[in-house]
Amino acid sequence: MRKTKGGKLGLFILMKGIRMTTLLIAICFISFLLVKNSPIDPIQAYIGADMLKVGPEQREKIAEYWGLDQPVIVQFLNWGSAVLKGDLGTSMIFRRPVIDVISERFLNSLVLMVAAWVLSGVIGFIMGVIAAMKKGTWIDRIIKWYCFTLASTPTFWMGLLVLIVFAVWLGWFPIGLGVPAGVLSENVTMMDRIQHLILPVLTLSILGVANVALHTRQKLIDVLTSDYVLFARARGEQGFVLFWRHGLRNIALPAITLQFAAFSELFGGAVLAEQVFSYPGLGQATIEAGLRGDVPLLLGLVIFSAIFVFVGNLFADLSYHILDPRMREVRKL
Amino acid sequence: MSILEVENLSVSFKQYTDGFKEMNHKVISSLNVTLEAGEILAVVGASGSGKSLLAHAILGLLPSNANVSGTIKYKGEELTPTRQSGLRGKEIALVPQSVNYLDPLMRVGSQVRTSVENGDAVAAQRKVFERYRLGKEVENMYPFQLSGGMARRTLLSTAMVSDAKVIIADEPTPGLDPIVIKEALDNFREFADSGCAVMLITHDIESALQIADKIAVFYAGTTIEVASIENFVGKGEEIRHPYTKALWRALPQNEFIPIPGSQPHPSSLPPGCLFAPRCEMATPECRQAPPEMRELRDGMVRCIHAT
Repeated sequence: MRKTKGGKLGLFILMKGIRMTTLLIAICFISFLLVKNSPIDPIQAYIGADMLKVGPEQREKIAEYWGLDQPVIVQFLNWGSAVLKGDLGTSMIFRRPVIDVISERFLNSLVLMVAAWVLSGVIGFIMGVIAAMKKGTWIDRIIKWYCFTLASTPTFWMGLLVLIVFAVWLGWFPIGLGVPAGVLSENVTMMDRIQHLILPVLTLSILGVANVALHTRQKLIDVLTSDYVLFARARGEQGFVLFWRHGLRNIALPAITLQFAAFSELFGGAVLAEQVFSYPGLGQATIEAGLRGDVPLLLGLVIFSAIFVFVGNLFADLSYHILDPRMREVRKL
Repeated sequence: MSILEVENLSVSFKQYTDGFKEMNHKVISSLNVTLEAGEILAVVGASGSGKSLLAHAILGLLPSNANVSGTIKYKGEELTPTRQSGLRGKEIALVPQSVNYLDPLMRVGSQVRTSVENGDAVAAQRKVFERYRLGKEVENMYPFQLSGGMARRTLLSTAMVSDAKVIIADEPTPGLDPIVIKEALDNFREFADSGCAVMLITHDIESALQIADKIAVFYAGTTIEVASIENFVGKGEEIRHPYTKALWRALPQNEFIPIPGSQPHPSSLPPGCLFAPRCEMATPECRQAPPEMRELRDGMVRCIHAT
């Protein structure tokens, strides 16, 4: 029994692995083609302001050295085989290996995204539960209104508002960046980092709650009108006990799944929020790489973000398999 | 003394049709039923006649858009919403229709245990499972793993472990094999004989006749006849209401004559007797005003022509 269970899960992960590989190949190919056909000239992006000092022969030499004179498919394969060996190339704007830039930036972003993910999940879930339990009252209407408004609010705009109110008017928090300016890196304290993190996290969390809250509200309303809640009430259960025994159990799973599936939105939101707050994370790096024609970094980030979102969705699928008895026990039978 | 009395109960639902037009659907109208201690009352009617709503009304579990009038008395005292919520699961227990009434994400053993009011919940649950021949592994199963019969026996168990004096069983028998039906019905009999009362809601007049003491016949949201089971013999000469007679005669072992037409929808009830449009005995008088429930030969009937 144990063995078949492990086998099924192994098969599930294998299938997901195959799907991820094919997805990554497709994404790499498409992004490579897009960058190739974009107006970015890699040589110009590399040389920058010194372009005037470089003659046509030198340009041709560089192109030849980089293999730019070869057919697109050969270029793609060259790049692809380097990526497979773990070499994503060197970032042109940072003059460092892409993999180093991404890992450093990712740590910054990870703190931001995890904090926003947990906060928005917990707050959104609680809001949804309150709205459903008090359905039709003023508190439900306020929560619904808030969620609908936020669901249609762009992240960067919310970021600007938060910045104006809390950093400029009230002066409670620093205006931007990940650490205070003009301080040696060894003198930066944990407190400084947290202070710089609060506003971006706040922006992302305020926006992130809408989805979870509205879904949780609807799901709980469905649960409360279900036959099994009617029967639980017929057995004398009511109020909080009823919610705890039957409500929570049945709405937690969809909420967790939804929150994992929201990884992509989180990533997209982080890109914009980091730009507004000049926070040195992955998102900001993506925008700079795009604007300044840093092809290796841009492609590296595309691959990385695809993996990130894929892993989020994988967790969402896995959570169902592991937590829902209807999926779990079927495997045992 | 009657343990449960339902007098003149009406239930209607407010519904908005065509946007803003408010419609009042009267699903139960002037219904009367009494339940005596030590007795099994079978409430028999076609689907859509309001049987399940009667159960929900007694327990105070109707949705908030329902409008209830009339009185329900438990042990002689009127049931108010507060009293209903105090009695639910303790004095009055429900045996629902299907496995959908079990929480899909909770092991069935613990769901039965939540119904135990006094004493050791685990022991009580194991005892009742043993009695219903539910194996030891069943308590750790989830509702989706139960067969139809197991689910019904589990639902029965929830009522049996509570200390309820009244059990309202909503269609407890369909889908069970005859042996289990017999067993379930015997359990109800046993329960009633110990001084409690059972209201058996069913569309199956045959199994109702096996164990019930009295039968209340439902038609389009009201009781049209309350009769002792001894009346159901022969060609139904002792049955009072023409609809009950027609039901009896429609059984395969009797004359197997179907009744033409169908039950009226709650939104378009006839003004007079609800059965008049399908009744052979109907006269113009029947179509004018709904007949009152009256006593006749130790039973009750809602028909001006019944003798």
